[in-house]
Amino acid sequence: MPEESILELHHIYKSFGPVDVLKDVAFSAQAGEVTALVGDNGAGKSTLVKCVSGSYSIDSGEYLFEGRPVHVHSPHDSAGLGIEFVYQDLALCDNLDIVENMFLGRERHKRRVLDEISMEKAAAETLTSLAVRTVSSVRQRVSSLSGGQRQTVAIAKAVLWNSKVVVLDEPTAALGVAQTAQVLDLVRRLADRGVAVVFISHNMVDVMQVADRIAVLYLGRTAGVVRRDEVNQQQLVELITTGTLSDGSPLAESLAQTNGAPA
Amino acid sequence: MTKQHDPVDTEELAELGVLSPAASTAPIEGGIREYFHNYMLRLRGGDMGSLPAVCGLIVLVVLFSAIQDTFHTLYNFGNMLTEGAGTIFLAMGLVFVLLLGEIDLSAGTTGGVCAFVMARLMVGFGSPWNTWPITLGAALLTGLIIGLTIGLLVSKVRIPSFVVTLAFFLAFQGVALVISDWHRGPIGNIIVSDKVVLDFANGNMPLWAGWVLVAIVVAGYAWTKIAAATARRRAGLVGEPMSVMLLKVGALAVVSIGLVLLLNRNRSLNKGSIFRNVNGHTVRVTPPPVEGVPWVVPVVVVLFTVLTFALSRTRYGRHVYAVGGNEEAARRAGIGVDRIRISVFMVCSFMAAVAGIEIASNVASVAPNSYNGNILLLAVGAAVIGGTSLFGGKGRLLDALIGGAVVEVIQNGMADLVSGPNGPAVQYIVTGLVLLLAAAVDALSRRRAGSSGLA
Repeated sequence: MPEESILELHHIYKSFGPVDVLKDVAFSAQAGEVTALVGDNGAGKSTLVKCVSGSYSIDSGEYLFEGRPVHVHSPHDSAGLGIEFVYQDLALCDNLDIVENMFLGRERHKRRVLDEISMEKAAAETLTSLAVRTVSSVRQRVSSLSGGQRQTVAIAKAVLWNSKVVVLDEPTAALGVAQTAQVLDLVRRLADRGVAVVFISHNMVDVMQVADRIAVLYLGRTAGVVRRDEVNQQQLVELITTGTLSDGSPLAESLAQTNGAPA
Repeated sequence: MTKQHDPVDTEELAELGVLSPAASTAPIEGGIREYFHNYMLRLRGGDMGSLPAVCGLIVLVVLFSAIQDTFHTLYNFGNMLTEGAGTIFLAMGLVFVLLLGEIDLSAGTTGGVCAFVMARLMVGFGSPWNTWPITLGAALLTGLIIGLTIGLLVSKVRIPSFVVTLAFFLAFQGVALVISDWHRGPIGNIIVSDKVVLDFANGNMPLWAGWVLVAIVVAGYAWTKIAAATARRRAGLVGEPMSVMLLKVGALAVVSIGLVLLLNRNRSLNKGSIFRNVNGHTVRVTPPPVEGVPWVVPVVVVLFTVLTFALSRTRYGRHVYAVGGNEEAARRAGIGVDRIRISVFMVCSFMAAVAGIEIASNVASVAPNSYNGNILLLAVGAAVIGGTSLFGGKGRLLDALIGGAVVEVIQNGMADLVSGPNGPAVQYIVTGLVLLLAAAVDALSRRRAGSSGLA
C-alpha cells in the first residue's frame, strides 16, 4: 500500500473464557480511505471494534497508531489518540441542540461561562465544510432531526474534533434511500479530508459504493483484505459466508496464499 | 419536517433560524412577528413551557378574587409570599433532581431535620453556638451532608432514588422527633426567637430597598439580554430581536414595579388608631405599619439567579441536562455521570434546608409535623405544574417560581373558601387533581412532541 497506515492491528487474539473470539486478526486503516469492516453475525466485528476503542483489552497482538505501538485500555485512551466512534444508537442527547451535542463533554468556556458564540460558529462552520445543507439551524434540538440528520451530526462531531480515525458502526442501518445516499456521501467527504474511516456494515451495496478497501472477518479470523475494484459483490458474499473464495479467480489464489491452505 | 425538497418545509425551516450562507443574510431585525410565529409553532408542537401554568395562575387569581373578599387583600398577598416561599425553595431544588429523572421524596423531612438542627443550636447552647451565622450555617451544612448521602446511595450503591428517599422520608421524621426531644418546648416544638431568623420570613425591607431591588433586577436582566444579543450579532449570528427583548424587559419591569408598589403600602389589617386602657389612662395606640418587600423575596431572587446561571450558562448545567437527556451519551462524552447525580441531590437537600429554615421562620417555631408529607408533594407539584418534566431532561428554575405561585394561590384561596369540617378534605382533593392535571399535560405534551419531532 502506498499510504501509511494510521491504525494497524497485527495478530490480535481475544478470548472470553474458553471462547476464542478473535484469532490472529489483522486490520489496518489508511488516511484518506474508507475501510469497510464486514463479516457475518458472530464474525467478531463488534469485538474487534471494542478492542480498538479500548472497551475490551486485547489478549495479545500489536496495536500500532501512526506506526507507534500503543496501549489502549479504555475508551479514554482511544479518544486521546484521536479515534472517534459513531455508534449505531448514536449517543446524542435528544433534549440538547446540535451545537450542545457536538461539544458535549468538551464545551468551550470563558471564565467559567459557556462560550456559546464560538461553539455555535465552529459547529456551523464544520457542518458547512461538510456541505451539510439539510439542517436548518444549529440551534435545533436533536429530537427534531431525522435519522440521517442525526448521523450527520454524529459524524460532524468527529470532524469538529479533528479525529484521525472515525469508526462508523452501521451508520445506514435505519435510514431510507435518500438519507443513506446523504450519509454515504458524507462518509466519502470525510475520507477526502484525510480521515481514516472505518465503515462497519451489513449492507453490501453500501460497502461496494463507498469503501476503498474491504476487510472481511470470518469466525474470528481475517478472511481477507481486498481492494474494492478487485472484488465483485458475489465474491464478497462468498468470502463473508464461507471465509474463502472457490471461483478460481486470481484473487482467490492470492487469498489462499496469504491465508494458507483453505480449511 | 426534514425533507429538504418540500417547499413548504424549507420555508418554515428558514424561519426557524438560519445556517446556510444564503439564509444567514436574512433580515434579523424586526423579527417580532417571526418570533411569535416560531413561538406558536413550538406551542403547537407540544412545547408548552410555562404557558399553562401562567394562564392557570391568572384564572385562579381572578376566580378567587371574585368569589372571596379576603383573598385579594394586601395583607393576604404579603402572607402568600411568605407562605409560598417555602414551597418555592423546595421546588427549586427538586427541579435539579427531576432534570435527571430522579425524585427526592425526603426533601420535606430533610428540611425539617435541618430546621431542627438550627433550632436546637439556638436553645440550650451558649454563645457563639446560638448566633445566627452558626445556626443557619449548621442547618445548610446538614442539608448538604444529607444530599451527599442520598447521592452516594443512588449513584454508587445504585438503589433507586425513589426507595432511598422514601426510606429517608420515614427515617427523618424520627430524627426530627429525636432532636426535638432533647429540648422540649411547648407541645414538643422548639420556639424560634432569633431576630434574624424570624425576619427571614416575617421581616420587611425598608421601602427604598424594595426599589433598589427592582432597579437591580430589571437592569441586570436587561443588561444580560442586550449583551448576549449584541455579542451574537457582532459574531454574525442570529440574535434575539430587539423588539422582543424590549417586550420581555418591559414586562419584567411592569410586574416587579407593580409588586413593589403594592408591597410598599401598609398592608396591616387594622391601620386605624385604637384607644386602649393603660394603667387607668386611655391611650391612643397606632399599630405599627406592615409595609415593604418581605426579606424572603430578595433571597428567592438571589438563589433563583444563581441556580439559573448554573443551569444555563455553565458546563455543569449543560452536563445536568445531558445526563437527564441520555445518560449513556453523557457517559461516552466523558461526563462524570455519578458526580452530576450526587451534585443534584446535594443542591436539592441544600434548598430543602433553606425551605426548612423559611418555614420555621414563618411560623416562629419548628414543629415535627410541619415538614411531613404534604409540603414535599406540593413542591413536586409546583415544579411539574410549572413545566418541569417528571421524565428528566426538561425543566427550568422559572418553573419552580411559577408553579410555586400556582400551588400557593390554590392553597391559600381554598383554605379560606372552604371553611368548615370538610375544608382540608376539599383542599387536598383539589391540590391532588391539579398535580394530576399538570402531570397529564407533561405526559401528553411529550407524546405530541414525540410525534411532531419538536420535544
